[in-house]
Amino acid sequence: MKLQTITLVSFGFFEKDILEKTAEAVIEEYHSSVVIRDGHLDLSEYYDAPRRQYDANALLKQVHSMSFPESDKNLGVFNVDLFIPILTFIFGQAFLGGQTGIASLYRLNNERYGMVRDEQLMLERFKKEVIHELGHTFGLIHCSSPTCVMRSSTYVEDIDQKSVHLCRDCKSKLDI
Amino acid sequence: MAKKISILIVDDEESVRDSLYNWFLEDGFRVECAENAKIALTILESDQFDIILADIKMPGMDGLEMLRRIKSIKPDSIVIVMTAFATVDTAVKALKDGAYDYVTKPFDPDDLTHLIRNATKQIALVEENETLKQKVTSLENVEDLIGKSEAMKNVLKQVESVAQTNSSVIITGESGTGKELIARAIHANSPRKFFPFVSVHCGALTESLLESELFGHEKGAFTGAMYNRKGRFEMADSGSIFLDEIATISTKMQVELLRVLESKTFMRVGGNKEISSDFRVICATNKDLKSMVEKGTFREDLFYRLNVVNIQIPPLRDRKDDIPLLVNYFINKYCTSMNKPPASIDQAALNRIQEFNFPGNIRELENMIERAIVVGNGKKITLKDLPLEKTFVSNSAESLDDFERAFILQILIKYDWNISRTARALKVDRVTLYNKIKKYDLKLADQ
Repeated sequence: MKLQTITLVSFGFFEKDILEKTAEAVIEEYHSSVVIRDGHLDLSEYYDAPRRQYDANALLKQVHSMSFPESDKNLGVFNVDLFIPILTFIFGQAFLGGQTGIASLYRLNNERYGMVRDEQLMLERFKKEVIHELGHTFGLIHCSSPTCVMRSSTYVEDIDQKSVHLCRDCKSKLDI
Repeated sequence: MAKKISILIVDDEESVRDSLYNWFLEDGFRVECAENAKIALTILESDQFDIILADIKMPGMDGLEMLRRIKSIKPDSIVIVMTAFATVDTAVKALKDGAYDYVTKPFDPDDLTHLIRNATKQIALVEENETLKQKVTSLENVEDLIGKSEAMKNVLKQVESVAQTNSSVIITGESGTGKELIARAIHANSPRKFFPFVSVHCGALTESLLESELFGHEKGAFTGAMYNRKGRFEMADSGSIFLDEIATISTKMQVELLRVLESKTFMRVGGNKEISSDFRVICATNKDLKSMVEKGTFREDLFYRLNVVNIQIPPLRDRKDDIPLLVNYFINKYCTSMNKPPASIDQAALNRIQEFNFPGNIRELENMIERAIVVGNGKKITLKDLPLEKTFVSNSAESLDDFERAFILQILIKYDWNISRTARALKVDRVTLYNKIKKYDLKLADQ
């Protein structure tokens, strides 16, 4: 795979540490260069009051419409609860084989589930989600290997089960 | 590689279509969208989808009407209906109309995954079932009926054309020609193939036993009737009944059989309730029923009732071209059943088999090959393994020399090419035998 430039665009407040460590994991997995940028967006426009969640389809299209010079893939990272009309929530989504994806930290925090806050666990989950959505932009579909980062995850427990890495099959599809 | 499952999403809301489209694409499905029922039905005219995910409330034709139309075109389609307003009534209505499942929007990601996984399993099961059905049919058709000779091709052509009808069939042929196999092939190619094929050997049963066997009996109908028992006609409901050796049944049974064939109803022995059964009759005999009718030993009305179609199976001696195929088939069959490695047959042995007349037809050939595999060395069947020596009369010997050559070779093989013992058996001296071997250019390789 040709060396790619990936831009992580953060919308909302993020600890700097989280974004930098996630960028390192992305560089290691995709052998790419990663740029971290601040995005500016009025998220209230994407808020669905009856659902008290943010419209992921609209946000994905919005990030896709933004231009980041010399970037091959753009991933918008949020700290809000994302939904798509048909599902109760999502962790993230991307255009399969496209240029853009989004991921949210919101549901990856243990406190959300009545447990003790665990910064390290949250960071690991976030890395996996970002690498997973980027995988979709590279054309990878969900993988049946239990430890592959491209395995579909509907709950945080599912994210914890898989590793932060692509399996051998998925790597060979990307030629890395 | 597993087949890619295809999904058609039908919803008037663009955001719902986009969401599902992306979600399923990421799961590796082939996905298409339609914004209303009319467009969906047009797409379905030219393309096939494994799963159709449709909203109930849509402008114009609603999801339930679309479901009914899809089911009338392709009854085994998997249609999952979605709605934002869940009511028990609509759910029940959708399921009654043939929907595979019913979901309320928005649903949990896990529910969607499970729903599609279950539908995918269902598709795999249906496909597996179809494949197995085809395999069962091909087992009946191809593997058991061996023959490429013109005579056999004609028989198979008749089987093919008669199978699709409900007409009674009489199969005639010498003993051991495979009459029951032909009957099974007719059944396996008929629309009744997924229902029972019931076989009754009429010649093996006394009149009273045959009556009880065919019609069944009620508890206490006769001594030893401890339980109610279904008869073969009842068991063959929707399927076929094969009456082997039909010429052996008594005059009384002929009358009973005629009545059953005409009304398709009967009563169990000792019973008073009329039972109806929808069966097709296939009979077989090695006798000439027509001459039996002329002699008055077989009822004419029954003969005409049964003899709607007559299939005559040629004896093996009239289709010798099929012998090599049959021999190979039986070698494979018995090597497999005896857990032996695949064996072969040498040319001399095969030639000898082809010269034989086989009064017992295929059954005799089958037994001969089975025996040869049991007594042989397991690698190659040779003349020594065949019980043909004593009865051997060469049909192909066109001259006395041919006959002498074949006979000397046979005795040489019998005594493992031991010249002294062979000469003794032939009652000639060793020099004469050597001269004959030289004259006829006999070699070990000839066997």
